[in-house]
Order: sequence, then structure tokens, then C-alpha cells
Amino acid sequence: MNLTDQETAMLAGEMGAAVQWAIDHQIKVGRAFDALDMVPTSQAHMMVDPESVGEAGVSFLEDLANKGAKVVIPMITDPRGVDLNYYRPLGQSEEMANLDRRTIAACEQMGILMTNTCINYQTVMPPVLGDHVAYGDTGVVIYSNSVCGARSNFEGGPSALAAGLTGRTPRYGLHLDKHRRATRRFVVQQQPGNLTDWGILGAVIGKMAGSYWQVPVIEGIEDAPTSDELKHMGAAMASFGSTPLFHIVGITPEAPSLDAVGGQHLPVEKINAEDLDKLRSSFGQQGDEIDVVVFAAPQLSLVEMSDLASLCVGQTFKVPVLVCTSPQVYADAVRMRLVHTIEQSGAKVLEGTCFYNQYAKEIGEANGWTKLLSNSAKIVNILGGYGYTPALASREQCIASAVAGKIV
Amino acid sequence: MKSFKCHTGIGDTVTGEALVADDNFSARYDLDRINGVFSRPQHKLHGQSYRDKILVLNTAKGGVASAWMLHEMKSRGIAPLAILFNQANTILMQGAALADMAMCDQFEDGDVTTLFRTGQQLRVDPQAGLVTLLD
Repeated sequence: MNLTDQETAMLAGEMGAAVQWAIDHQIKVGRAFDALDMVPTSQAHMMVDPESVGEAGVSFLEDLANKGAKVVIPMITDPRGVDLNYYRPLGQSEEMANLDRRTIAACEQMGILMTNTCINYQTVMPPVLGDHVAYGDTGVVIYSNSVCGARSNFEGGPSALAAGLTGRTPRYGLHLDKHRRATRRFVVQQQPGNLTDWGILGAVIGKMAGSYWQVPVIEGIEDAPTSDELKHMGAAMASFGSTPLFHIVGITPEAPSLDAVGGQHLPVEKINAEDLDKLRSSFGQQGDEIDVVVFAAPQLSLVEMSDLASLCVGQTFKVPVLVCTSPQVYADAVRMRLVHTIEQSGAKVLEGTCFYNQYAKEIGEANGWTKLLSNSAKIVNILGGYGYTPALASREQCIASAVAGKIV
Repeated sequence: MKSFKCHTGIGDTVTGEALVADDNFSARYDLDRINGVFSRPQHKLHGQSYRDKILVLNTAKGGVASAWMLHEMKSRGIAPLAILFNQANTILMQGAALADMAMCDQFEDGDVTTLFRTGQQLRVDPQAGLVTLLD
């Protein structure tokens, strides 16, 4: 790789041991992906939940912090593994909470902003067209690449941290024009209605595309979707297909036309109502019993919290209902009494976590939960691997099912 | 001794025994990381120990979280020695860099899961992009 004088100095240890580890890590990764040089990044976002980081990862973070590591660009975090105000009732242990406390302390020592969110593009500082960033969380990356026109690879926690410490990242993958051109062309023949429909559309396209190096371009969307709709579509597409980028003709910034992303010569693949129904029907049926209802993945926006609160008025739930949102949204939702309204129905709003990366397996075992219902296509995809039998339904159906104790 | 060329990878040269399957790899969903065995019933290596083996598989699956996991596995001494893929993903390559675990992909002679067989002794040199069959 071609290194600048500053990067060479970093590698020689002139900026300290932490920066030396970071640039060395980036050179290793960059070489494996044929990066020719580094590209400056404006922000980093790190997935650092203790379930995946583990004791070894936390010790690693503490060691870096003790070596004086400080981030040089704004750096934020993905959801935490524990809501420190509400973990024992979920069956989470003190050991899990302590691992999270240590993680937070080490990150804060390095100057990282503990946003604990996977919807930073709605709540913190959305990146802009052409903005090179180093983001973790596949849902954050696909939204930022596709809807904002920013440029990021899937950066795992260590690589995002390295970018935070050096202010750059290896220039490979989605940082390059050639990997942002469309490779598959989908024509949507059924307009999605609610958020779950958008998630299902994303899931179907993700499954068909099926690789990090495929870029879907989508035609046939008649009206501009909302941010929440694109959020659910992107999160599901990334989850089902490892897809980091999509274009929607006439809607997303890099695709004012099909030609602009090189899609005009690609064969057309149609997505009809049958394709969508097939995916939907693989996750639960009317009449199935449920143990728990979860609204998460991605965390709920303020608008979703408001809509959910409206649905909760006057309801009493027979099964536990968990709602995950970001600390920023949570504070607003408390002030606007949305949390109060939601919790009066028997639900619980969690702050700064997202169900699937907060020890979902252990929570399920502790509470005897296997039959889980959600409106998130992403979460039903993930939790199958964690001992759950997940079911998918719209937000309205989820609420009605929580009242009935079975899928309505 | 026959050598096979691959893309420049991650980590230092290692020598060990191959464990091969035409299947994929997810650190999060395929493994019992405490006991060091493949635990997902549908996986072709279900029940087999991966400890100190050179895994040879098709591609890497799983989300961003798995970047931390190879490091965590290696810190407890219950980890593969190396992993060879047809195609690695960004997250697992990053994870190998943190863990300092040997990882290579993109073999010039075709499908890596047919180039090697379980039980063979291999030497993996990621910096040279070379895997040598020692048997």
C-alpha cells in the first residue's frame, strides 16, 4: 500500500502504541482487499456489544485506553448488550452488566461518544453524498451507502475503532466507484404498504442478491418512501443478503436514472406479490401461540414510538412486549409521555439496546421464550439461529396478537 | 510437495491438519465456541472439533459482530489455526487481523474445498499467498 508520511510515522510508533496498532491493522486488512492507499473518514461507528466482544475484547479495549488511545474523528457506538436500568428482570446476569460497564468506561476514556444506537442516520449526524465513513452495523452501513450516498464498508468493531484512532480507512470495496455500480436489476410489481412490507421486500432482494459484492438497483417504486420504510428495507436486505448498498431509481442519490448506475443492460428480475407472500409465510401463521413480542432491529425512531404509543392506548397485553430504542429517542419519548403510554399497556421500553445483540439466547432461556413475534424482517432472520421460532407480522397485528396471546 | 497460489491474506505462516467441508462459516451461529466444536446441526462439520485445525470452507457468513469473535476464541486457546476460504468477507478478514490468525482466500486452482482433504498436513503462508500440501 502507498502510505503518506503521516501514515508511515504512525506505523513507526511515533503517535503512540495505540495508533501503531490501528494503522498496522488497517494495512493488513487493506492488503487482503487490494487497497492501494487509505482514505480520510469523517466519522466512525463501532459495534461493541459485550456478547460479541467478550472478556478478551474488553481487555483489549482497556489496554488501548490505558495506552492513551484517543479517537481523532467523531466516533459513536452501536446498541449495548445491557440496559443498565433494566437487566435483572430480563434474566441478564451481573457478569453481563459488568462487562458492559467496563466496555463503556474504556470507550469513554478513548473519547468515544456512547450513542448506543443503530439509527444514528436518523438521530445523530447523517453522512452526506460522497462522505467516506467507517461504520459498523450492517443496517447503518446499507442505509448510509444507499439513502445518504455515503461510502462505507461493513467495518467490524476492531476496524471501526482503528479508523477512529487514525482518522482514515483502507480504500477498498464500497469506497471505490467500481463497486457501487448496479449488478442486479429488480422491478417491483407490488408496492409495499407498512414497515413490515418494506422489510419483506428488502429480505427478498437480499436473498436473491446474496453477496457483499452484489449491488441491486430497484425500479417500480411509485412514491418516495419514508426514512423508516427505507430503514426496514435496508436492514432486512443486509441481514438476508450481506448486501451493503442498493439503489432505487429516481429516489436514492446515486441513481437519478437507471443508466447512472449502469443498470440499463442488466436483465430484469421481477418481484411480485407471490415472492413477497412466500417469504412472509415462512415466519409464523395465524393462530400460533406466542411467548414474547419484540419491536427492535433497527431501534425505533421517534415517529415509530409515537405510532406505537397510539396503538397501545387502552390495551392490556397478555404476553411480554419489549420495545428497543436509542437513548436520544428515549429521552424525547419520556418527555412526550410516549414511554408512559406504551408501558401502561404492560410493555417495557429498553434504552440503548437492540434485542438481538443483548444476549437474546440467554434471555430466551431465562424466560422460557421461544415463540417470538416481531414486525422486523431482520430480527426474525437472525433469531432463528438463537433457538427461537420467530414469526413476522405488521405492527398493528403484533399489538393485537400481544392482547390475544396468539397471532391474530 | 505441491503448492497452491491464493490471494495475499492475513497472519503468519502456520502448519497443521486440514478440516475440510463444502459449507460456509459463521463464528456466531455455527460454533460452540466454549467447547470448540461445530454445533449447528445442519453444518457438514457438525460435532467436529476445530481446535488447532486448518479449516477449509467455502465462504464466511454473519454480521459485524463476528469481527471480535476470532480474537475471543484465540485468547482462550480454543480456535482454528487458520481458515482458508474460496471467498472471505470483509468482517472475518478484519477479525483475523485482530486475532492474528492466518486466513487466505481466492485460490487460483479453483474450489479450495476440493483442493484439500480432511487430515492432510498443510503449510499456510498468507504473506506469500501460498498453501503447500506436505503429505
